[in-house]
Amino acid sequence: MLHFDRWKIVLIYILCVAGLVYTAPNFVPKSKLQDVPAWLPHQQINLGLDLRGGSYMLLGLETDALVRERLQGLVNEVRGALRDVSVPYTGLGIKDGSVVVRITAPADAEKARDAIDGLSSIVAGNQFSTLPERDLLITADGPQISIVLSDAAKRARVQSAVQQSIEIVRRRIDELGTTEPVIQQQGIDRILVQVPGLDDPSQLKALLGKTAKMNFRLVSNAMSGQQALASRTVPAGTELLYTSDQLKTPVLVERRIMVGGDRLVDAQPGFDQRNGLPVVNFRFDATGARQFGEVTRDSVGRPFAIVLDNEVISAPVIREPIMGGQGQISGNFTVQEANNLAILLRSGALPVAITVLEERTVGPGLGADSIRAGEIAAIIGSVAVVAFMIASYGFFGILANIALILNIAMVFAVLSVLQATLTLPGIAGIVLTIGMAVDANVLIYERIREEVAAGKGPIPAIESGYNRALSSILDANITTLISAAILFQMGSGPVRGFAVTLGIGIVTSVFTAFTVNRYMVSVWLRRRRPKALVL
Amino acid sequence: MRHLKLIPDDTKIPFSRWRYVAVGLSLVVMVAAVVLLVTRGLNFGIDFKGGILVEIATDGPADIGRIRSDLGGLGLGEVQIQEFGQADDVLIRVASPQGDDAEKASQAVVEKIKGALGDGVEYRRVEVVGPQVSGELVEDGVLAVLVSVALMLLYIWFRFEWQFSLGAVVALVHDVLATIALFCLLQIEFNLQSIAALLTIVGYSMNDTVIVFDRVRENLRKYKKMDLAELIDLSVNQTLSRTVMTSGTTLLALLALFVFGGEVIRGFVFAMIFGIFIGTYSSIFIAGPVLLAVGVSRDATNGGLGGVSKEKAPGKA
Repeated sequence: MLHFDRWKIVLIYILCVAGLVYTAPNFVPKSKLQDVPAWLPHQQINLGLDLRGGSYMLLGLETDALVRERLQGLVNEVRGALRDVSVPYTGLGIKDGSVVVRITAPADAEKARDAIDGLSSIVAGNQFSTLPERDLLITADGPQISIVLSDAAKRARVQSAVQQSIEIVRRRIDELGTTEPVIQQQGIDRILVQVPGLDDPSQLKALLGKTAKMNFRLVSNAMSGQQALASRTVPAGTELLYTSDQLKTPVLVERRIMVGGDRLVDAQPGFDQRNGLPVVNFRFDATGARQFGEVTRDSVGRPFAIVLDNEVISAPVIREPIMGGQGQISGNFTVQEANNLAILLRSGALPVAITVLEERTVGPGLGADSIRAGEIAAIIGSVAVVAFMIASYGFFGILANIALILNIAMVFAVLSVLQATLTLPGIAGIVLTIGMAVDANVLIYERIREEVAAGKGPIPAIESGYNRALSSILDANITTLISAAILFQMGSGPVRGFAVTLGIGIVTSVFTAFTVNRYMVSVWLRRRRPKALVL
Repeated sequence: MRHLKLIPDDTKIPFSRWRYVAVGLSLVVMVAAVVLLVTRGLNFGIDFKGGILVEIATDGPADIGRIRSDLGGLGLGEVQIQEFGQADDVLIRVASPQGDDAEKASQAVVEKIKGALGDGVEYRRVEVVGPQVSGELVEDGVLAVLVSVALMLLYIWFRFEWQFSLGAVVALVHDVLATIALFCLLQIEFNLQSIAALLTIVGYSMNDTVIVFDRVRENLRKYKKMDLAELIDLSVNQTLSRTVMTSGTTLLALLALFVFGGEVIRGFVFAMIFGIFIGTYSSIFIAGPVLLAVGVSRDATNGGLGGVSKEKAPGKA
């Protein structure tokens, strides 16, 4: 136990030096970090949002709407398919999450089924099988045909909506000019957003709260919005929308879309040259410009509606054909609203609505206080433990303390290298590790005391002290490691930070408190060759 | 130089003799825990209940009465306002709005609070947890504690024998229940950090129990004829010094956190301090007696499937 192979000694030195070297950047102020030579490590510990301040949000996608939308689309496709093969039918619609249709003549059933089969396409399978699956499951019961979306199809739709949403959320957040935002998928239909340094996320939430589906449509000239509201019916091909301002004026607009929002290539906030009010200037791509030009040419004198998320932002009258593909939206905006709208239009529409399921925002003041409190607690805790160990074990206590300090350095080094996140509970984890790390040394030393009391000489006593304590040390640490692993699995944010530091601390403490400490004791034994142990 | 010794060498405390008192006491605590859980319940934080938490810092000592009246007129339902650690630090808690769109309504509540309090205060922390997420957090939390206890059971079974495993797990359940009783009794806020504290207590308590059991196993090999009660007492006494030393250093570290670590983690640290005591108590007074009650088959005391001690079993008696 006290003999070390040369390669082991070298390894111990390498690990200890590496621990110190990789910890060092954390003690260099950020501003001085570029002066550190390039061959030395530069990575500092990544502070969690609870320490550096910032905003954490868990966004939920309203995926039910995706399936509903798809079924709605499917109804139209079925209608088209049956028309193409001239099969008469009744009762086409959505019932309990499936599209149902009844074929009038039983003889047509086969033909209808084939036509509907043709609508089906192939989607990728789930993560457990690479086999492609069909997106529609079609069952026929006599003249009754029902179509449901396969699970693979639902999954694929949700997954693509999540991917698309992440991209759009990222664009919207980037517009806020924040640094290093983290935007990632969480679970099946959620997005995790972490924006360091953002202490007031209300603008961000205002941006994320809009799907920003925008389009340009003509205002119907069949009747006015008020008339439509009074008559409680709307003419075919139109729908009744309301303005987005306080007045909520009804506007009857055509269902047909002149130009879709996806044709926008740019949108910038600006000011109206005539009255100085905030507006949004936009530009269409070539196709959009042509479509817009054609409609405005044919409808001079009529008002058109700019519709955002089914609300009419404004409904200006077309005075002349707009051919250049450029325009201006005015709608009694504040400067902030115009700015937000421009961001929304530039970043594109979300495929589904998003809700903030969970939000945790920490201001810079609390973060700084927490760091300071954590530092003080860690220093005082360490000093107390160090003093206690020296009082209890004297010289051996000092050796244990050297191991303890190396352990703390290694925890910081591992955190820096892995770029794991240090949170306030994480600091608590480190402090707890400080208390528990010396446990291995306590076990060993107590054991050595016992062996000495049983009449053994220094070297055999130390030998068997390390030997016999090892099994207890491993058992004790593995059980704690199990708790840490489970915490890491289930925890989120700060709590996960606790699991990280606790877990790292356990692993490094076995190395420092057992191996490094044993090496130091063996060196001491060889130099001093003590006749009796004072422990 | 004389060293500090918290526990004198060669203690011969007859722990087993008190086992009926200890087990009785613990049974009372466990029953009380269940009763308290049902009658008084845990003071769930917003992590598990859903809701809104806003921590503000005011210029100078906060006028809680004024904040209360400012927020009272907003129609937010149940609002709790309390000082948080310092006179200029205030914690505002609002229950989650009811209804289908609770997530959106919660966001509106935050805006209302900010509107009512104005720009004169510093918003140190804003947390909003919707009912959907809080429900999942409850499930995850309960699951984490159960899985962790189950894994401990398996690990001890693997390293020792089932009798040891049973003793350790009874001790764990005891510790978890006693900690929950403490949370109910003092109405300390029970949140995600509390689950972390519970799991740490589970790990620590296990740690302590394993050390005692390790020694029991060793002594079983060494003293083949010794009465089991006597043998367990001997093992506890032999490890007592270590138990107290480690609890001591851990407590020192935790006390530093409790006093200096700030208000945010104070509840968390408090639970862990309690856990150190209860974990130490249970490994002596619960795990041992359970082992004594179920007995150990002494011809197969080489341990379970694990190897370390077995290989290195010393030959000396």
